[in-house]
Amino acid sequence: MKLAPLIPALPLAGAAVLLLTGKRRRGSAAGWLASLLVAVSFGVAMVVFIDLVSEPAAGRLTHVKSFDWVAVGTFKVAAQFRVDPLSIVMALTVTGVGALIHVYSIDYMHDDPRYTRFFGYMNLFIFFMLVLVLADNFLLLYLGWEGVGLCSYLLIGFWFERKTAADAAKKAFITTRIGDSAFLIGILFIWLKFHSLDFDAVFKGAQGLPGGTATIISLLLFAGAVGKSAQLPLHVWLPDAMEGPTPVSALIHAATMVTAGVYLVVRSHPIFEASGTALTIVAIVGIVTAIYAGFSAIGQDDIKRMLAYSTISQLGFMFFGAGMQAYAAAIFLLVAHAFFKALLFLGAGSVMHGLPNDETDLMKMGGLRRAMPITAYTWMIGWLAMAGIPPLSGFFAKDQVVAAASQAGRAGLWYAALFGAFLTALYETRATFLAFFGEPRYEGHPHDPPPRMRIVLVALAAGAAVAGVLGLSATTGLIPKFLTPVVGRTEEARAGQSELVLSIVSVAVAVAGIALAWFVYLSRRIDWQALRVRFGGAKRTLQRGFYVNDFYSGAVVGPAKLGSAFVAYVIDKRIVDGAANGIGRLFATTAGVGRRIQTGFVRNYALAFLLGAVGILLYLAVRF
Amino acid sequence: MRTPISYFLLVSALLFTIGTVGVLVRRNALVIFMSVELQLNAVNLSLVAFARQQGNLTGQVLAFFSMVVAAAEVVVGLAIIVSLYRKARSADVDDARLLRG
Repeated sequence: MKLAPLIPALPLAGAAVLLLTGKRRRGSAAGWLASLLVAVSFGVAMVVFIDLVSEPAAGRLTHVKSFDWVAVGTFKVAAQFRVDPLSIVMALTVTGVGALIHVYSIDYMHDDPRYTRFFGYMNLFIFFMLVLVLADNFLLLYLGWEGVGLCSYLLIGFWFERKTAADAAKKAFITTRIGDSAFLIGILFIWLKFHSLDFDAVFKGAQGLPGGTATIISLLLFAGAVGKSAQLPLHVWLPDAMEGPTPVSALIHAATMVTAGVYLVVRSHPIFEASGTALTIVAIVGIVTAIYAGFSAIGQDDIKRMLAYSTISQLGFMFFGAGMQAYAAAIFLLVAHAFFKALLFLGAGSVMHGLPNDETDLMKMGGLRRAMPITAYTWMIGWLAMAGIPPLSGFFAKDQVVAAASQAGRAGLWYAALFGAFLTALYETRATFLAFFGEPRYEGHPHDPPPRMRIVLVALAAGAAVAGVLGLSATTGLIPKFLTPVVGRTEEARAGQSELVLSIVSVAVAVAGIALAWFVYLSRRIDWQALRVRFGGAKRTLQRGFYVNDFYSGAVVGPAKLGSAFVAYVIDKRIVDGAANGIGRLFATTAGVGRRIQTGFVRNYALAFLLGAVGILLYLAVRF
Repeated sequence: MRTPISYFLLVSALLFTIGTVGVLVRRNALVIFMSVELQLNAVNLSLVAFARQQGNLTGQVLAFFSMVVAAAEVVVGLAIIVSLYRKARSADVDDARLLRG
């Protein structure tokens, strides 16, 4: 347990070494060092995990204090790590998936001139993410929270020579910032109410919290989660974040950082439960986002943007699960998603790697299955896992989330979740068929990536395939049972159908989605390319995400820019600069008049003396 | 019979006025300088006159001070005039108007 601080410390050391000394490039040493440190960090997390498991279930909670961080009067915050089932599951996911993505990047980023810096940023990101999940109080969590935001900015804008990348980085930072501000206000509220930021104290006090206060605090926390996890209405940054290198998309925008919001909600569930309303809002935002993003993903032609929208929709499912109080299922989906989404992103990276000019357009792929078999078959495992086909991990995870709605007796939400699952199967299958099946539409000679990248794909595919064993059942699975001390027992079904019926319905829905995609894109019974033209308007609506982004551009960014222009060119230029220049000009003019007094003739000055002296004398004479 | 103080003051005022007018209207630096001396001595005269009337020495001592200062001033003033003449080839103060605004 005492080793816990080492888990984040190792990647921090890597980041320090790489960022401070790594100006010059020494082969792929930087990549190996970074990967090794994250892998060792994973090993340490594993040791801590085994340590934790050897304790009895009730005693699986240790606080490891490193040092006093802030101590001002009664405001005391320690750099203290919390080792409990939830944090260690998160730490294992982050370091495990993170290490694989690091290894993949060694080859993927090989020709990049800022190779060392890339790995420095990646390690820094892992460090902040680990601080986030291991923190034992809200302030330390917030440190990690902001840190991953910073790294996200640095990595999205890694190819900052491209204006789109620089813009996307700014967009991601500013959009998540909106949520972060709410989160910070929430933390201040928590301090006001509990006079402590430690999880134990806050969660203990949360039970006695009045409903209204709990709702306010939990909604503020949730707003932070909405920003970081790209839920409606703050989701617009994630599709643009695909401007970053593909491993970044895999690591940050699929597997780890965006899941921080889900983690936050699950971690703070006592506050959310004290409110009740907040949980419903979480569930509704989640499911609406899932369906919205599902529709949008169907319209994407860019393979990475498709994956971005699919991430948004899967995060929606996670929030939905959390809102249904199926915390274990939400975390289980998070872990499974980390595997299959990292796999899909790295698969997309391999496709780009193999095609000329890093092609991401699905319309210029097709039939890649024969050209790059390993990429295609690993991708297909990710696809089926995500669509929810048993026995792959996605099936168990998503099934539990969807089933939670039915078991909570909320049939309407259950239907909505099933529809979301149907969309998931549909868009994922569509992308798969367009990229890997059908007639070839690509140029050049695509090929599988180099061996190291292939190994990572295979490892992730294995993870995506078998991670399901971690939670075969919502009540008795390994992860649900392991998480029980933190999130409480997953309750037995209160209502709705039996688990078996729910599973069969889930699978049926997934198969229906796949079948529909097959009918449209592969069966040759429909000319889908003609359909694209015929329903161009609908297609564009989906592709542009129902114009939410355009709406923001018009309604928020436009007026903000106008306002800034007004401030810059009218207030600053005319009024502020005008005042400063005006004062200067006033003195110059006055001086221009006044200087004429200075004739340079001594006698004029002498006369002035005389007159002055006479004046003073007269004054004195009159006065006395 | 003692000469009334008003006589001295009249002479002093007369001298001071001559000096003042000289400073104001003459253009030759040397003449202006002499006029300034005239003003100083006019004041000295009144100082001494007042001292005599009051019956103490304060005024006379002050007059000595002013003479000493005037002597020192002459040294500096003449030096300035000489260097001015060397530069401008004239002692006309109107030629030295570099400070005109």
